[in-house]
Amino acid sequence: MAQNINVDISRTDEPNGKGEPAHRTRNTCPTCASHYREDEMVRNLRVCTNCGHHFPVTARERILQLVDDGSFAEIAAGLHSSDPLGFTDSRPYPERVDAAMRSTGLRDAAVVGAAAIGGTPVALAVMDFSFLGGSMGSVVGEKFARAADLALERRLPLVSVAASGGARMQEGVLALMQMAKTVASVDEMQEAGRPFISVLVHPTTGGVAASFAALGDVVIAEPGALLSFSGPRVVKQTTGESLPDDFGLSESNFRHGHVDLIVPRPELRDMVARVAAILAGGTPYRPPSLVGEIDPVGAIGRALAGARRRVTGVRPFRNGGPHVDD
Amino acid sequence: MSTTERERFGFFRRRGGERDAWHAVQLARHQDRPYTLDYLERICDDFIELHGDRAEGDDPAVVAGVGSFRGQSVAFVGHQKGRDLKQRTYRNFGMPSPEGYRKAMRVFSLAGRLGFPIVTLIDTPGAAPGVGAEQRGQSGAIARAQLTLMRVPVPVISCVIGEGSSGGALAIGVADRVLMQQNAVYTVISPEGCAAILWKDAGEAKRAAAALRPTAEACLALGVVDLIVSEPSGGAHRDHARAAELLGDAIQLELEVIAAVPPAQRRAGRRAKFRSMGAFQE
Repeated sequence: MAQNINVDISRTDEPNGKGEPAHRTRNTCPTCASHYREDEMVRNLRVCTNCGHHFPVTARERILQLVDDGSFAEIAAGLHSSDPLGFTDSRPYPERVDAAMRSTGLRDAAVVGAAAIGGTPVALAVMDFSFLGGSMGSVVGEKFARAADLALERRLPLVSVAASGGARMQEGVLALMQMAKTVASVDEMQEAGRPFISVLVHPTTGGVAASFAALGDVVIAEPGALLSFSGPRVVKQTTGESLPDDFGLSESNFRHGHVDLIVPRPELRDMVARVAAILAGGTPYRPPSLVGEIDPVGAIGRALAGARRRVTGVRPFRNGGPHVDD
Repeated sequence: MSTTERERFGFFRRRGGERDAWHAVQLARHQDRPYTLDYLERICDDFIELHGDRAEGDDPAVVAGVGSFRGQSVAFVGHQKGRDLKQRTYRNFGMPSPEGYRKAMRVFSLAGRLGFPIVTLIDTPGAAPGVGAEQRGQSGAIARAQLTLMRVPVPVISCVIGEGSSGGALAIGVADRVLMQQNAVYTVISPEGCAAILWKDAGEAKRAAAALRPTAEACLALGVVDLIVSEPSGGAHRDHARAAELLGDAIQLELEVIAAVPPAQRRAGRRAKFRSMGAFQE
């Protein structure tokens, strides 16, 4: 009898109550569940070669991916946070900072310095989401301002890579003021006629999305990144609206005109180099043909194809990506 | 504010000088507290509200316009809340949409062009969350509103008159002089929002409020605010006319001081003011 047949299938990748497969590691693709060894991840620029999913990248690794070998010189490395409010939630703020410092090896959620990208010297500010959610407190604000100072002093373009949940609540209203502080630096850059390239990666929300990160002369986003002021959960809870599938994603932002380019990570370095070279008014940067140089059916080639599928998939009214001609 | 004035309002304080943060939050949100339009009709000899961002629409959560204030033309921009349910819904609880910030920017630029000082009044629980607001560019609007204020050649005075929460408040809060009413609060996030994230329970809002140190005194001590504006005894909601008079006097005084500074120096000073904010070790 049909009702006696047990159709339960026990699966090892059943969600474990958190909506994630039980055996999931940080190198498991959340989209297609492909697994990678750590060395594969590094080689693939932390892009899933099966589906094009972009994994998070730490600040140090991002710098390695973006800049010319050995060209990065860090500044303001000694800045670290104080506790202006004496803030304690479930644990004191300084304890949280210490824990984040131990787990990331960073002193705060941004690394800044001078570098060259495709031969163009730039000032570079890179955020790290793994340090307290990339939240912007006094140190991040000051570091961005120092990177802008460096750009002004040496007449360089400024490149920032934002990855942040927003302002750092534990620094209260001072964290809020970091928005205005970074905007003041952008104002100085614009007044001095120095270009600013803003790269937005997953996720860039809240106070960072609504300050310097939105003010790039050229705004570049990685595919599939959440870029919004209010996150999807807050919007759902406060307004009860049903959210579109691509709520706040790069692709939606592109469609509504808030980003210039969506660039898959394997092409990001060359795109930043090209934009920086042109905006700096120097010799154009001619990248070695990426797809020609790297085996097109190999790992990076597949990643690119996957990322492009995602980029173009939600924009049926356009042929190809904003930056590719295939 | 003089020491004697501070002493006069001593009944709001606790031992240690810090007023009860939650009490301040509730006073700042009091439904009878004067809102932007309540002040404008009292401090201006004439005020003409301007509407629309010239692109998408008009945002009732932001009031912007030009007025005559004690003998000079001034551009005013402020968040606007509503008092009853109908008004509150119409004003979207004082939560601006991108159109609101773009309307504000239009008026900032107008003032910059015509040489009018700008006065902004901050009173918002935050920028409007929503699918439409995001699609129409909430982040960019908030960032560009700050940039516009950072750049205008004319004097800018900001006053927090109620709730100043998050980027939605700061978007119109970049100023040469930042004032704050005695019972207003200024925070990076609403206490409820902070509690929901850090305590995983919006019910912990009181504890979050105390931790965030949102009071005028705390903001003055942190260097975020330059001057605390007195309110009538018991709070601004007790006497709108007197509250407006005190606010008008403070604005007039600050305008006189800041108008005397040459424009280039004023702009540089405004940038330097925000550049210097923060607490870190090196």
